[in-house]
Amino acid sequence: MKTKFTTDTKLESEIAYFENINLKLESGDIIDSFKLAFKTYGKLNAYKTNAILVCHALTGDQYVTGNNPITGREGWWSRMVGPNKPIDTNKFFVICSNVLGGCAGSTGPKELQNGSDVAYGGNFPSVTIKDMVKAQSLLIESLNIEKLFSIIGGSMGAMQALQWAIDFPDRILNIIHIAGALKHSAQNIAFHEVGRQAIMSDPIWKNGKYFENNEVPERGLSVARMIAHITYLSENAMHRKFGRKLQSRDIISFGFDADFQVESYLRYQGKSFVERFDANSYLYLTRAMDYFDHDETFRKNIEFSHNPNNHLKYLIVSFTSDWLFPTIESKMIVNQLNSLSREVSFLEIDTDKGHDSFLLEEPQLDDVIKGFLTNNFAKIDE
Amino acid sequence: MNKINSIRKDWSLIETLIAEDRKILDIGCGDGGLMEQLENNRNAITHGIELNRDLAANAIARGFNVVHGNAELDLSQYSNNSFDYVILSQTLQAMMKPKDILSELLRIGSKAIVSFPNFGHWKIRLQLLISGKMPVTESLPYTWYDTPNIHFFTIKDFLNLCNEMNIVIEKSIGLTSKGKQFDISESVTGVNFFTHEAIFLLSYKNFEPIKIKSSKKVFAKNSVIAN
Repeated sequence: MKTKFTTDTKLESEIAYFENINLKLESGDIIDSFKLAFKTYGKLNAYKTNAILVCHALTGDQYVTGNNPITGREGWWSRMVGPNKPIDTNKFFVICSNVLGGCAGSTGPKELQNGSDVAYGGNFPSVTIKDMVKAQSLLIESLNIEKLFSIIGGSMGAMQALQWAIDFPDRILNIIHIAGALKHSAQNIAFHEVGRQAIMSDPIWKNGKYFENNEVPERGLSVARMIAHITYLSENAMHRKFGRKLQSRDIISFGFDADFQVESYLRYQGKSFVERFDANSYLYLTRAMDYFDHDETFRKNIEFSHNPNNHLKYLIVSFTSDWLFPTIESKMIVNQLNSLSREVSFLEIDTDKGHDSFLLEEPQLDDVIKGFLTNNFAKIDE
Repeated sequence: MNKINSIRKDWSLIETLIAEDRKILDIGCGDGGLMEQLENNRNAITHGIELNRDLAANAIARGFNVVHGNAELDLSQYSNNSFDYVILSQTLQAMMKPKDILSELLRIGSKAIVSFPNFGHWKIRLQLLISGKMPVTESLPYTWYDTPNIHFFTIKDFLNLCNEMNIVIEKSIGLTSKGKQFDISESVTGVNFFTHEAIFLLSYKNFEPIKIKSSKKVFAKNSVIAN
């Protein structure tokens, strides 16, 4: 396999081109060539034992830490990843790639179709978590890394981490799985469906061909983001943050302006999301999450897989106020691993910050991630 | 003995009951102190369960395989005989259903190690007799209304339960309140009176396979049945 690497200066990102590789997707479709945009932090050591792949969540990207040129803000996990941070880049070589189907430089609906000057749009094939992981595995291979020390991810990132354990257990040593599940629940699919309907019922969407007129289905996409954002918080967190406080006014308007702070906040979230995310990508990636289901297959795969996976160490973390991926879902994974006598640690962190907790200030999360990585790395380093 | 010393003493006695290179489940493992000791001194592979969130987080951060959970609800997920030893140190008296826990320990582990404070100790008996109030001692330092210890029992009670459940006591160590160590099974009189804390190594009775002998060999011509 020959992979071409370039640096995109505008995106401040490395790009890996996989040409004529005929990537067969789970749907049966084939992508003959594709590219992945990725970032690396820290240095790969001489024995190549310190590589960590961080998998981003639904609307994340490869900019884990440092500057994100698309938003002009800090990377999405800069509090976790960096020099002397819990995932210490003085010690580890951290890789993060934008998922297949994403919109931060990797092949996705926003990118031009192979050999044409038209974007994929709605013609992009359906991608799944398994396909994303397959693409990532090719990237890791082309970086000449035989074995990753760890795979770390929250939410959709946790799904990818679990998929790595199923598909490539012999190429990883341990897994940190945060706020995830064996499957996307009916309620979660329902919320995603509302988001997708919001996008698709925006007249500007035009079956995914909005780019032809240089337009963006802003309303639909921002409503989708507003709905999703509610599911990432918790009632207590919203109450603590906003309560019934009014926005820039002393009395209610008896109209439909953003009277309440919570309304204003959601509108802002929706608006700023439109500037950085592609509507079609949102459709494809939410669908990939919906299709994720290892309820029946995880245990069988781990138990009977032809790939050796006995050595895998798991750290599973959930949050008390996460109602999108509640603790019970994490415990199902823990139960299955314990019933197979696998090495697993599990912690439910007490917080009111909801599903988004993994991105926010949670000292206990920092402690367990740092400790888990440091102590397990010391064992292989001996 | 203060509480910390008593736990250390407990751990070092537990260690003497454990062979090298075994797989161990520590129930109520705290921040992994005993697990660390057994990994270092016995080359054990250790797993733990801890109910307290902060202790569980500490143990995980220290690199141990620890599941934050409730032993009374979560033991069912472990497979039969998946550990060589299951340890329950100073916790049986705090369990809602001690009998169920005991049978779970021996389902999951080939052997179980259980330690507990003896409610039959003379100081406790004397306190109840003289003051007429629920005893408060060094090993049971709580008042009746805020104690986590909800099932008090004596060594005699425990031996009776083991007998009823067909559990074999492989080894038993007693400690007096001064920390003097002795073998419970060898001391006949006054054990229940002087034992402050007790540690038991338990397993299920291994029934010998029944061998059928027949002088006439009527069962089969070719003697298929073992004799």
